[in-house]
Order: sequence, then structure tokens, then C-alpha cells
Amino acid sequence: MAEFLSYFRQDRLPHIWCPGCGNGTVTGALIRAIDKLGLDKNNIVMVSGIGCSSRAVGYLDFDTLHTTHGRAIAFATGVKLARPRLKVIVITGDGDSAAIGGNHFIHAARRNIDITTIIINNNTYGMTSGQASPMTPHGMLGTTAPYGNVEYNFDLCELAKAAGATYVARATTYHYVLLEDLIGKALMHKGFAVVEVLSQCPTYFGRKNKIGGAVDSLNWIKNQTINIKAAAVLPPEKREGKILIGELHRGEKAEFTQQYLELIARVQRTNPTYARNKGVPGCELNSD
Amino acid sequence: MSENAKLMQGNEACTMAAIAAGLEFYAGYPITPSTEIAEMCSEELPKVGGKFIQMEDEIGSISACIGASLTGAKAMTATSGPGFSLMQESIGYASLCEIPVVIIDVQRMGPSTGMPTSPAQGDLMQARWGTHGDHPIIALAPGNVKECYELTFRAFELSEKYRVPVVVLTDEVIGHMREKVVLPDPANYMIPLRAMPQSPAGYKPYAADPNGGVPLMAPFGTGYRWHCTGLFHDENGAPSSKPAVASALLRRLNLKIENRVDELADYVAEGLEDCDLAVVSFGSSAMAALSAVRRSRDEGYRVGMLRLKTIWPFPTALVRRLLAPAKKILVPEMNLGQLAIEIERAAGCERPIIRLGKVSGELFHPDEVFAAIKEAL
Repeated sequence: MAEFLSYFRQDRLPHIWCPGCGNGTVTGALIRAIDKLGLDKNNIVMVSGIGCSSRAVGYLDFDTLHTTHGRAIAFATGVKLARPRLKVIVITGDGDSAAIGGNHFIHAARRNIDITTIIINNNTYGMTSGQASPMTPHGMLGTTAPYGNVEYNFDLCELAKAAGATYVARATTYHYVLLEDLIGKALMHKGFAVVEVLSQCPTYFGRKNKIGGAVDSLNWIKNQTINIKAAAVLPPEKREGKILIGELHRGEKAEFTQQYLELIARVQRTNPTYARNKGVPGCELNSD
Repeated sequence: MSENAKLMQGNEACTMAAIAAGLEFYAGYPITPSTEIAEMCSEELPKVGGKFIQMEDEIGSISACIGASLTGAKAMTATSGPGFSLMQESIGYASLCEIPVVIIDVQRMGPSTGMPTSPAQGDLMQARWGTHGDHPIIALAPGNVKECYELTFRAFELSEKYRVPVVVLTDEVIGHMREKVVLPDPANYMIPLRAMPQSPAGYKPYAADPNGGVPLMAPFGTGYRWHCTGLFHDENGAPSSKPAVASALLRRLNLKIENRVDELADYVAEGLEDCDLAVVSFGSSAMAALSAVRRSRDEGYRVGMLRLKTIWPFPTALVRRLLAPAKKILVPEMNLGQLAIEIERAAGCERPIIRLGKVSGELFHPDEVFAAIKEAL
């Protein structure tokens, strides 16, 4: 326990999250995964957007960047491309990544830039008190969907995969062991890695939809998910309507910043003025 | 012609100056009439080990630039009116979080899509007040291609030194016009460097240096592990909604630029001392204006000229002093009076201040300004 506290800015605690919120569970899983991998704190930049989940980075003892709404992945793209040696982790929510930041999300996936993106999906805008999000299931309630949501939600993992992400996984705050394991694998993946975490917002989503408190919300999540490995051996009628969890996709594609560094090396090899420019800050690949 | 003299476009001059100033990172989105800057950066930056990325939109572009700047890289983007509008929220972020970034705005006719290939100067107020809330910003306005080079270089100096976004306001004509520029010898100038803290021990990312209200900025990834947030924050970077913290932060941010208004002021004046009429302009409008002013002088009219190269912070006291002798003031600009509003504020209401606004997407002809001068006299 105590060793994990060293990853927190303890002077910034207690956090602002409601009792029963899933954000702490995901933050804990991330810290434990980092600890298990033995990653260097000084080599990690955590980036977030706006919303409840995005407040996580402020409590963590890394270089942390709490950006504008929806733009976390765009800021992270700048960090990663400027300094490819850094491990860049984005913590975002379903509104932040799938609504206002949807464009940056799919384009980062398309580039296959080496950013680990953890999407805490609680099906609602918690920070602004429970409006419908692009991840609010059809027919469910939000303060801006008082008669039931007439829209449909994304399958964020399918979206990430289709857009070109090379690691895609889904976990939940109920399946904690799986969550920590998948975050660890995403962190080790070289490329755009997405872990969608189904999480609970008992305060707004749970209450508005009469799901109940935190435990009921966790059970609600548990009951609609099924592990991809278990699903493989189940008859189709038992998989019907279930959300798959586990490692959903691994793709093979060269990573963006690595390719850009190779491009620099290639250009510099053939550029007669290169000798003059040696030692220019930012030139990290002096391959010749 | 010396060997360092080159014929180049304004957009090219901006790019070359940025690279000379140590540009390491460019993120942008294609938009007329600024696109040559992105194209040139995509070609030139890899040669010096720098990075170029074409983002999915202008919001992503400025955001990526801010992210790169946080790692210590000098970062720039270029755009025009519609893209500049999209960038405003993140410009406010850079302003509040004190992240150096340079934005070249090659102005075109607006609002909206407007006339993409026509020059205008309608982003003057957007450059100052485009993002919400009181915030510091610097905007420089080159009047020719040579100044595109000089002022872009200066934009990096100022942005790095004062940790503030700096906008270089050019326009379609200056961006695409070709002139001779004598490139400075790299041995003769200092590449602007960001002041860095000495050690992570006790580092407070927003502890204002008592000498000028500009905190020292540690690059991400060097062991400082600090928090950068667009929320109001205390000296440690921790979010705070304490009234005293918020007020002190916003006042410090604004004063760090306002207190340097004289040092930042940059202008060209001629014949103001004894003039009956002063012409005040900037950017490409000032080319026609200067021509008209000199012709007026040749024809015996007592006319002076003030061309502002620093637009924001607006040098109010300086403008008031320089314009004191003038009995009348004429302000030609390619908008409906955005600079004139500031001149009215600085010069007072006792004298006629004539707005000569042009919004047809055309440059001023010197004859037009000359006719307005004669009519005013």
C-alpha cells in the first residue's frame, strides 16, 4: 500500500471524486501496472482532458498535463512526437474522447502513435451532473435525455480498431485483475493502445437510471459483460447482447514517431547541410 | 547582392526565421493563404532534426504545439482566420499555463470562409480578445517581407522569454509577396533560450521570479514531475479556486506583459513632429499609406506617418505622445476600424479620427489614401 502512495502527490489528496466512483479503481490499476513494469517515473508524461476522470493526473507524481476538453490526445501527440523517448499516457472519459475529442482519437489511432489511452467510460457526463454522452446506451436516462436516449452509443473498441489502433482492450472496474493486466499490456505495446474501462457513476448515471448504488452499478456492469475467451466457447444465444471484455485486438503496423525518426535520419543522410546542423536540439537520432 | 540575400515570400521568411530561431516542432493544418509555411516546415524541419506533423484540424495543431513546447521544444503553427478562430481556446490555455508558442496568422477576408485568397486585417481584435477571459498576449505585425523574418524571430525571443503565446499578424499580400531579404549570419545572433530551473528540489512551477513575474519552466521528462493545468492554480501548479490565488495569478499574468509595454513597443514614425495630419496604419495597408504620406509631403502638406509593428500590448502612452502634435488622424486599415478603436482610446476624442476602412478584399492604392488625406485636410 505504502509503496503505491509514493506515486501520488499526497499533498493534493483527498481527491474530488464521489464515494463509489470508479475513477479511483482505474487510477489504482494504472499505478500498480506501472509499478509492476518498473517504469521510470521521470520518463512518463500523463495527459488528460476535462471531466471527472481527467482529474486523475493531478493526483499523480509524474509530469502531468491537464488540458482543454477533448484535446488530451492532441496535446499528447505533441509531447510524444517532440520527445519520442517519453512514455505518454492519456487518461480520458467517454465524453472527452468520444464526443468533443472524437476526431483526435481516431486520427491518433490512424497514425498509430505510441500513446496509451485509457478511456474511463461511465456512460455519462459526471462532472456536469449526468447529461447523456455518446456512450449512454439507447433508451437510458440522462439529465439531457429525460425521456430516454434516442441516440445510439459507439462501440469504442470497434471504432479504435477500425481507425487503426494496434492494441485494443476492454476491461471494467468490476474485473479488477483483468483491468490491471490489460493496462500493463497496453503500456508495453509500441503503438496506439486503447483500454476502454467500463466504470460506474452511481451519483448520476446509477441514480438517474435507478440502477442503485456503487455495488449495484458494478453488478450492472458485470452482468452485461463476458470475457472474449469465455465467449469463444459459448453458443451464440448466450453471447447475445453481451459486451466483450479482454484483449480484443492486436495489429501489426510500424509506430508513427519511430517512422518519423527514421525519416529524419534518411533526410539527413542525403542533406548536404546536415553537418552544419549537427547538435541542433531535438535531433535525437544521429544515425550517421 | 551578398550571398546571404534571397528573394522570398513573406510566408517563406516566417519559416526561415523560425528555423533560425531554433524551431523544433511544427503542427498545422492546411489553410489558404498560410499553407506554404506548413509545406516548407515539412521539408525543412527534418533536415535540422525537427518535427513536422499535419494535424486533423487547427485545434489539434495548437494543442500539439503546446504539448511539444512543454517538453522544451520551440513550437510554431501557422493559419488564417477560420483556423485562428478554432485555435482560440488553446491559445487561452497557453496564456494561462504560460507555455511559449508562436502562431503565424496570415490574415484573409472574413468573417467565416470569406474570401480565402484576399488580404484583410480583420483579426486584429481576435488576436487580442479571441479567447475568453483576461489574458496576456503579444501580437506583432510585419510591414514587409524583411520584417516577416525579423518579427518571427522576435516572436520566438518574446515567447520564450515571457512564456506567452505570440501572434505574428501578416496577411495574404505580405505572405505571398516576394522581396529581397538579407539573411543574418547565424554567428551574429543569439538563438532565444528558455530560462530553466537548476534543480527539481523545491521546484515551484508557478513561483513568479521576483525580477519580472515570469516563472522558470522545467521541460517535461527531465525529472521535475510538475502539474500543468488550465484550471487556476497556485505556485505549486495545484488547482485552486481560492479567490486570492485566482486574482493574484490573473493579475501577475497580465502585468508580466503590461509592465513591459514600452520595452515591447516597436514602430516606425516619420514627420509626426510638425504634422497637421497623422496617418496611422500597420501591415500591408501601411505600404500604400506611406507612399501617400510622402507624396503629400512632396506636395507641401504637413502629414506624418506612424506604423505600428507591435500591436499588442498596445503602446497607449507612446501613441498618445507621438500623435500629440497632429490636428487630425487618419487610420487606413483593411477592416472597419479595429486599429482606429485603439487610436481613439489612446489619442482621445478632441481631434477628428477618421476611419478609412477597406473591406473589399483588395489592398489600398496609394491614390485612395492620398485622396483621403486631401479630403481630411
